[in-house]
Amino acid sequence: MKYAWYPGCVSQGACPELFKATLAVADKLDIELVELKEAACTGAGILSERNPELSDTLNARTFAMAEKLGLPLMTICSTCQGVMSQANYKLQNDPDYLARVNKTLALEGLEYKGTTEVSHLLWIIVEDVGLDKVEPLVTRPLTGVKIAPFYGCYILRPTMFLDFEGHPERDTYIEQITNTLGGIAVDYSGKTRCCGFPILTMNEKASYAMTGNHLIEAKEEGADVMVTPCPLCHLNLDGAQPKAARQKKVQIGLPVIHLPQMLGLAFGIRPKDLGLNRHIVNTKSFVAKVPA
Amino acid sequence: MEVAVKIKRFNRESGSGPYYEDFKVECDEHEMVLDALIKIREYQDQSLALRCSCRSAICGSCAMRVNGHAGLACNTKITDALARSDTIVVEPAGNTTVVKDLVVDAKPFWEKIGKVQPWLSPTGPTPDHEYIVDNADMLALNQVMGCIMCGACVSDCTVLEVDKRFLGPAALAKALRFAGDPRDGIQAERLQTLGQPGGIWDCTHCFECVQVCPKGVAPMDQILELRHKAVENGFVNNNGARHAESLSNSVKRSGWLDEKRLIVESYGFRNVGALLGLIPTALRSLLARKMPPLFHHKRPGADKIKRIFEKLESE
Repeated sequence: MKYAWYPGCVSQGACPELFKATLAVADKLDIELVELKEAACTGAGILSERNPELSDTLNARTFAMAEKLGLPLMTICSTCQGVMSQANYKLQNDPDYLARVNKTLALEGLEYKGTTEVSHLLWIIVEDVGLDKVEPLVTRPLTGVKIAPFYGCYILRPTMFLDFEGHPERDTYIEQITNTLGGIAVDYSGKTRCCGFPILTMNEKASYAMTGNHLIEAKEEGADVMVTPCPLCHLNLDGAQPKAARQKKVQIGLPVIHLPQMLGLAFGIRPKDLGLNRHIVNTKSFVAKVPA
Repeated sequence: MEVAVKIKRFNRESGSGPYYEDFKVECDEHEMVLDALIKIREYQDQSLALRCSCRSAICGSCAMRVNGHAGLACNTKITDALARSDTIVVEPAGNTTVVKDLVVDAKPFWEKIGKVQPWLSPTGPTPDHEYIVDNADMLALNQVMGCIMCGACVSDCTVLEVDKRFLGPAALAKALRFAGDPRDGIQAERLQTLGQPGGIWDCTHCFECVQVCPKGVAPMDQILELRHKAVENGFVNNNGARHAESLSNSVKRSGWLDEKRLIVESYGFRNVGALLGLIPTALRSLLARKMPPLFHHKRPGADKIKRIFEKLESE
């Protein structure tokens, strides 16, 4: 299995542990990754506010690179996935728009024909690899560990851009993977809501309130750890957790890990090799709960 | 078919809190959730309170939560509601005060609509003949004019859950209806007001309102259009506009995000208090070795990315 890999900005910035864990897990899953080193930022849904065509063109450029390699595109960030899915939908369903975007891509000799499939690692594990292939790789099952999923908005909504019609269970994949790894998925209402990261600098108090509410709710439901396929959510849920706790006037201390870190641990990869020591909220309590 | 419906009930006069009650009701496959609710009220429990009127997704009265998501009970098919569950869970709209059962207090909703001055305010001399608006100008507002004020978007807004000051998706979408109308004379004042805390920059891009709107209004998209107009009109002295500007400049300059610079530029260099507040987070990140590279470098291919910016920004 081979993919053109779009790591996104944050896994090469404030969440380097995600980059590391993805490579380690891809190796175990026998997924070959060809990193698109020249690809631009997706625009994170912000660039499209100012200039939608600019944002779509940057993404079309990335799709064209994958198309040229003849490979589907893999993302590891809910936000990148959502922005790219929306851009791809527009480009694939509007030939005139695609032609206009291609005029700009022609500046560097690129053309996007509209054939690239864009999938998050979360989807790839369930839909392409298959949970039956994941199960035999588990050498350190997460037995008895209660795991709260946190999806991130862009990988869930709007469903029309994310092919939920073809794959209606995409909002249950973290739980399915959790069960396959031997863990116990914790259900709570905040799992599909917003982490608050996008308004961190605009309305800090509301941002921390969102993060705090979800963490506290998950903890009250018994979670030992929270897992997310979105590094931007991680920045708030983990990075801003101390501030959210102070605002809520409670101790939270809930470790928040990236999706490939959860897989990697169950595959027997050393916590350090997954970057589990590179978190704001210490992950030792969670790692200790996983039977060795 | 027999349909299981679980309804969240509440009667203020009873003195006790909300509770869920289970019903079984015979329905045809083509019927809507509202049909089931009306049958329950008519034949099983006349005390069940709900609002409804047109039964055609026009009046907007029957917005409520079905299986956790807001929508109109009158255009939610029973078979769709049962697609992933054997019971239909019906609750009152969120982010509101419940009056009784599925009836919520609509006053705060209308107060926020009122705050955006939902009427045209032309300036200058009264024209001596009818003002005919260009077709293209009205087509641009077509989507937002489809709003039936049902409040489904407000129900599921993630910001309103934590900050009641937020004007919310319905009021902000309505604001674009008038700020985007060429007959209006106070667009600049509107955009300035909407840029204040609680306004357009407080939307968190969660797409809940886009997902649940039964009329395809996509309120979040309208909020983003207002942001675009605000920036075009020079209302850029706020963290939201600075954040967007910094992100754009970063990608143009280097091909990707300069996260350290983004956060500093969003707050603004003069916002000493906020910048000092970043120090504990920065120290924690440093200790965990969870930091972006010390020196932000250009991506390979950054020059090609810059060329795309230059071409499309000049068009």
